[in-house]
Amino acid sequence: MPPTFKHNFTAGPFQGTSTFSTGLFINNEFQDGEGQKTIDVFNPSTEKVIAQIAEASAADVDRAVQAAQKAFETSWGLTVPGNERGKLMMKLADLIERDIDEIAAIESLDNGKAFSVSKNFDVTQAAAVIRYYAGWADKVHGNVIEVNEQQLAYTRHEPIGVVGQIIPWNFPLYMFSWKVGPALATGNTIVLKPSEFTSLSALRVCALIVEAGFPPGVVNVVPGYGKIAGKAISTHMGIEKVAFTGSTVVGQEIMRDAASTNLKKVTLELGGKSPSIVFDDADIEQAVRWAAYGVFFNHGQTCCAGSRIFVQESIYDKFLEGFTKRVKSLQVGDPFHPETFQGPQVSQLQYDRVMGYIEHGKKEGATLHLGGERHGTEGYFIQPTIFTDVTADMKICREEIFGPVGVVKTFKDEHGRQIWIVIFAIFFISGADIIHQANDTFYGLAAAIFSSNISRALKTAHELKAGTVWINCVNQLHASVPFGGFKQSGFGRELGEYALDNYTNIKTVNVNLSRDSPI
Amino acid sequence: MPPTFDFDFKFQQGFQGRYTFPTGLFINGEFVDSVDKETIDVVNPATGAVIATVSAGNEKDVDIAVQAATKAYKSSWGLKVSGLERGKLLFKLADLIERDVEEISCIEVLNVGKPYLATRHRETIGASNYIRYFAGLAGKLHGKTVEIDESIMAYTRYEPLGVVGAIIPWNFPLFLLVWKLAPALAAGNAIIIKPSEITPLTTLRLCKLFNEAGFPPGVVNVITGTGQAAGAAITKHMGIAKVSFTGSTAAGRHVMSSASSSNLKSVSLELGGKSPSLVFDDADLEQAVRWTAAGIFTNAGQMCYGGSRIYVQEGIYDKFLESFLAFVQKSKVGDPWDSSTTYGPQVSQAQMDRVLDYIDIGKKEGAVLARGGFRVGDLGYYIEPTVFTEVKQDMRIMKEEIFGPVVALAKFKNEEDVLEMANGTMYGLAAAVFTKDVTRAIKMSNELEAGTVWVNMTLRLQPSMPFGGYKESGIGHDLGEEALRSYYNLKSVHINLGGRL
Repeated sequence: MPPTFKHNFTAGPFQGTSTFSTGLFINNEFQDGEGQKTIDVFNPSTEKVIAQIAEASAADVDRAVQAAQKAFETSWGLTVPGNERGKLMMKLADLIERDIDEIAAIESLDNGKAFSVSKNFDVTQAAAVIRYYAGWADKVHGNVIEVNEQQLAYTRHEPIGVVGQIIPWNFPLYMFSWKVGPALATGNTIVLKPSEFTSLSALRVCALIVEAGFPPGVVNVVPGYGKIAGKAISTHMGIEKVAFTGSTVVGQEIMRDAASTNLKKVTLELGGKSPSIVFDDADIEQAVRWAAYGVFFNHGQTCCAGSRIFVQESIYDKFLEGFTKRVKSLQVGDPFHPETFQGPQVSQLQYDRVMGYIEHGKKEGATLHLGGERHGTEGYFIQPTIFTDVTADMKICREEIFGPVGVVKTFKDEHGRQIWIVIFAIFFISGADIIHQANDTFYGLAAAIFSSNISRALKTAHELKAGTVWINCVNQLHASVPFGGFKQSGFGRELGEYALDNYTNIKTVNVNLSRDSPI
Repeated sequence: MPPTFDFDFKFQQGFQGRYTFPTGLFINGEFVDSVDKETIDVVNPATGAVIATVSAGNEKDVDIAVQAATKAYKSSWGLKVSGLERGKLLFKLADLIERDVEEISCIEVLNVGKPYLATRHRETIGASNYIRYFAGLAGKLHGKTVEIDESIMAYTRYEPLGVVGAIIPWNFPLFLLVWKLAPALAAGNAIIIKPSEITPLTTLRLCKLFNEAGFPPGVVNVITGTGQAAGAAITKHMGIAKVSFTGSTAAGRHVMSSASSSNLKSVSLELGGKSPSLVFDDADLEQAVRWTAAGIFTNAGQMCYGGSRIYVQEGIYDKFLESFLAFVQKSKVGDPWDSSTTYGPQVSQAQMDRVLDYIDIGKKEGAVLARGGFRVGDLGYYIEPTVFTEVKQDMRIMKEEIFGPVVALAKFKNEEDVLEMANGTMYGLAAAVFTKDVTRAIKMSNELEAGTVWVNMTLRLQPSMPFGGYKESGIGHDLGEEALRSYYNLKSVHINLGGRL
């Protein structure tokens, strides 16, 4: 008998008992994993175990792939016209909205994010993304290309088949929607591994997949460890495409796995160390608020977090004063409390990691301007933390911390002069050349610019090596707008029409109408 | 008090019992009388009896509607409402039509005379699926960023037009309403609809669904009335940015000239046709017979894309004709509510008279009447499926759109010969080619001067495939992304990032 989740919610907008199966979801059924192995699920607000989920082994993943392959050949793929795929997806979106309070409560319990955020952002947007892609399902167009009147040349954008998807723990259901949306719209079947830390919302939605009427095997969800279930996906010979969101280090491994097995297509959405750049003509009050949001939204557990804040010299003091005040006002606490902005980090592992970086920051000689300590005595809560007086070579400036820790630095102007002083070493004078400073990272996921000058804002945006540049805002995502990284932040684009390309094989058909063979 | 539809359904099939709904003009989310309190009677073409009265509007009513639509557009519609939201409302409308499929279908059958089973199980559901296509497209029509050089940021932006008008014909009242309503709303426009005065009922029945789906009042308005009063008022209104018209070529000319002499509103026209079917000697004969018969006689021949000319290659002509006549013989013209009925009546007395006239003309011109050619019964507007053979290219029944169950057959020798005959028309709406040969199929498709070409079938349309006429069959497209594009204005924005004078 596969495990089940059962929890009585007593606080907040959703009250009552939620109960659902947490087995592996294969072929529209919930099943035990091999050997009936399970993984403990922790509530990061209390550090207590709240449930078990089934654990997928490599053999389980293989079973899921078989189910997905069969479904692709018989009851999905191009045997089902796009408008019907779209209809099922619309229904799924409707069902997610119907159960939004319960699903959001589960998300907050499992991940630790504030309920208001789970509901009004994560789950709401997850439904919106699925609905957005439902509309694309019958609109996957190829081209008819003019060559000459002796040939008819056209392209077909065909589904790939069984696709593997590995998603992270920071926005569990939202990331689920980014992956299943375009994959289903284009006619693929799916084997998806949620993070072992946060599988609950995906498993809850699996029941809705059945209710919506998807044929068995179209969507399969196999919780498990990255090194076991994740690896089984990235190395499987029957999966021709894998999409991964997570750390750059694991992304590299996935790519190696793909190369050493069947050259499956890979898209990666990885980490970032995104700059927020505040020019002296910015609306400082707005910049303060957005920059704070950029660092601390989702407890800093956001791939596109604006974790490096650059402020033009002349407004630095004013900005820092306002920024400090704003960050101090952010409420940390119980996700189910209506005033909470920031809940706990997702796990002990993450907590230790972030605290480790804070220690490093202190050791490296940065100024701990605010925070830096655990919040409270129970749960993985960390105080919103700001470091100042940093230099570009510090670990806290170069590496992705993925927690509520921001660094603030000054700059002179867009393209200041670089002064190289060679005395047995090369020094880079800080404060010059924001473009260079902002781009000085092997990441390239996002950036934000605060300026009221249209030329400056757009020109800077065009020069930044980042997949998304926000102007006078941060972290604004829409189902219809593509998102993805430059450089080691990944490749391929999710969201928008662009994501459809990740899940199609392009076939060219070339019909000879009257040419003679050359020989 | 605006009039109401109040009818007791007691037919062999379908909704049973009394059914009522308002039949006033629908402006700003409410049913109202027309200013001059005029009305029009609506007739059941299966019996000739009056079944309802609806308000009849004129330019005073159109003006009120345009004001309401403009206000709604500026305050609670347009780009103020995201594409996703507009799409959501359209999806809801589609769901509501499906919820009410039985009543809506029965009203259509009663008003138009369409056979009940096909209407209930295909046409009404089809309409809701066509809405869904555009619902899913809302917000997905992208402008472009265009590379110039790094001192200029150049992009294009699609913006809704504002208030648009749609004039719908009587042959597919619900279905063709949706063709225009869905893309217009998906693009963020407010709309004034004028259904045909002969078949206004399903459009009026839909009005409460516009409210129920959640469209803000004033976004969708319906002005029933005649072409001369309400239609003309729409085409010449200075506050309407576009009119989309489906109907006869003659009326289409008036729409265009009215638009040009008022505010040069954008015009899209979907007009008549005299679409040829080409049956080659390597065609699957039995299939060709079925498709071409359906291609002309479905909907009692009242289809703009009806395949009203069939050219058959010499070698198989006799066999084709024999099979064709035998196949048509099996069909039955009769009561729309009878499940054994294949084809229902013509929509009105006037239409029936017109078709019977053409049959007379055909006989007088010397074409051979192979079957049919007469009215069936004396109650209701039924005409027997009619086949003329030995039809010459210059005969009127080969050149003019009859819009009834009358088909003209002729022989052809080869590809060049049939292409010349098929293309020898001022129309260019559709065409069909029957052959197994892939090269011939594609080459003929390439060469036919028609906006839609079918190979080895007829009639099947998709919401995602643009539909529009070549030559005098029309301007612009319904359906597909093309249709959505036509409900937008396109703006080019050039931003100077630093170039100085």
